[in-house]
Amino acid sequence: MGKRDILKPKDEYEKMVKAASPKSPLFKNCLRAFVSGGIICCIGQFLMNVFSTFGVVTESRNMLVSIILIGVASLLTGLGFYSKIGKFCGAGSIVPITGFSNSVTAPAVEFKKEGFVLGLGAKIFTVAGPVILYGTLSSILVGIIYYFVR
Amino acid sequence: MAEKTGLYSVKFKEGINIKSVSSIGGTKEAEGPLSKAFDITTNDNLYGEKSWEKAEAKFLKKAFDTALEKGTLPPKKLSYVLAGDLQNQTAASCYAAEGLHIPFFGLYGACSTFGESLSLGAALIDGGWGNYVLCGASSHFCAAEKQFRFPLELGSQRPQTATTTVTGAGAAVLSKEGSEPVITAVTTGRIVDLSITDANNMGAAMAGAAAEVILNHFKDFGTTAEDYDRIFTGDLGYVGSELLYELLYEKGCDIKAKHRDCGIMIYDRDKQDTHSGGSGCACSAMVFSHIFKKLLTGEYKKILFAPTGALMNTTSVSQGQNIMGISHLLKIESRG
Repeated sequence: MGKRDILKPKDEYEKMVKAASPKSPLFKNCLRAFVSGGIICCIGQFLMNVFSTFGVVTESRNMLVSIILIGVASLLTGLGFYSKIGKFCGAGSIVPITGFSNSVTAPAVEFKKEGFVLGLGAKIFTVAGPVILYGTLSSILVGIIYYFVR
Repeated sequence: MAEKTGLYSVKFKEGINIKSVSSIGGTKEAEGPLSKAFDITTNDNLYGEKSWEKAEAKFLKKAFDTALEKGTLPPKKLSYVLAGDLQNQTAASCYAAEGLHIPFFGLYGACSTFGESLSLGAALIDGGWGNYVLCGASSHFCAAEKQFRFPLELGSQRPQTATTTVTGAGAAVLSKEGSEPVITAVTTGRIVDLSITDANNMGAAMAGAAAEVILNHFKDFGTTAEDYDRIFTGDLGYVGSELLYELLYEKGCDIKAKHRDCGIMIYDRDKQDTHSGGSGCACSAMVFSHIFKKLLTGEYKKILFAPTGALMNTTSVSQGQNIMGISHLLKIESRG
């Protein structure tokens, strides 16, 4: 068979690909993420203040705000709005707790068709799973360090 | 009879007739610049079914039926059905072909599947395996996202190099005799590895395969880009097309003026937010309807049609393996 003269060293082609690939609009994305992430956090703070004016104790207040943000994000995911928000906001809607909620609800919605056990049940943490695992592991690690150095 | 030409090509003396061609697309395809070229478009991407996967099979089945209707051919006259898609174990094609009761070959060439099915269909007819062969391919944006990427409702941003999987299906009836445009040669692609591991830049993974198959075709037949009215690639998109030009230019071959990419043609990048363009088996299969119309009217006399595929699965990508490229080229001529 004939020569493979189209093949070339990896780094050489990598350079070509890099030059041909348009970059994501970094500044625009950062700005959107900063503003939208800030807005989500402001909403959280606003809820916090509302609860405190009604005299809710700090621990319950923290819990209530998280529950509301998670619930609303989950609802928006189910209604099909969160993916649009996510496309616009980028990291701004991924980093806050609402992003975590979205990453659990989205697979749940997607895999529901394969049944509640082998579909939804088995796949619900496909995106959030690593965050839960390594979040738990690192909190254990930090806990051990804290135990010895406090 | 077919005649082996050069190292990678086969020439059909009489030509294999393309009796009829069909295409059916979803919402985004209907909003795109080629919507008029498709036989059927629907604004329901579920197509009345309960899941994306079932919808894809129904799209392909409808494409089969439409191609047979347009060719006024009863299914029982078919000798073979050759089809493929992107779902695991090409499930959509199997379900779509079930009702035809015709011997079936399931194919997988990723997004190059339509080229693969036309190539093999032509070979079967030339080899005397039958007088009529039905070829088809399908893909579905939602089914592909679910299988290869993330759940649809996950709020994330796609990189600029990513393409959008086309929702729909295309089919063609090949026949031994007829008066329609003919496949006169086939150049079969080799697996090309250019060390791309980014599943969001499949154009880059496929550009080498397209470049090689086009070069091999030129070598085998002693032709240049000037000998053809158009050279179509499958779904390289904007990024892949740019790389194709560069790779070929290095070999002293300039096809830019003659080249069109089905992935670029099917969507309007600015209005439809499709980033690098369309992709998926249905991309070239559906755009072929548009090309075929121009072959019928004689606007194109001689074209090259080279669907392109990125070969990988989620496991190979997770394990950091390179994404392989493939492209199957057909030379198609009008009778005019």
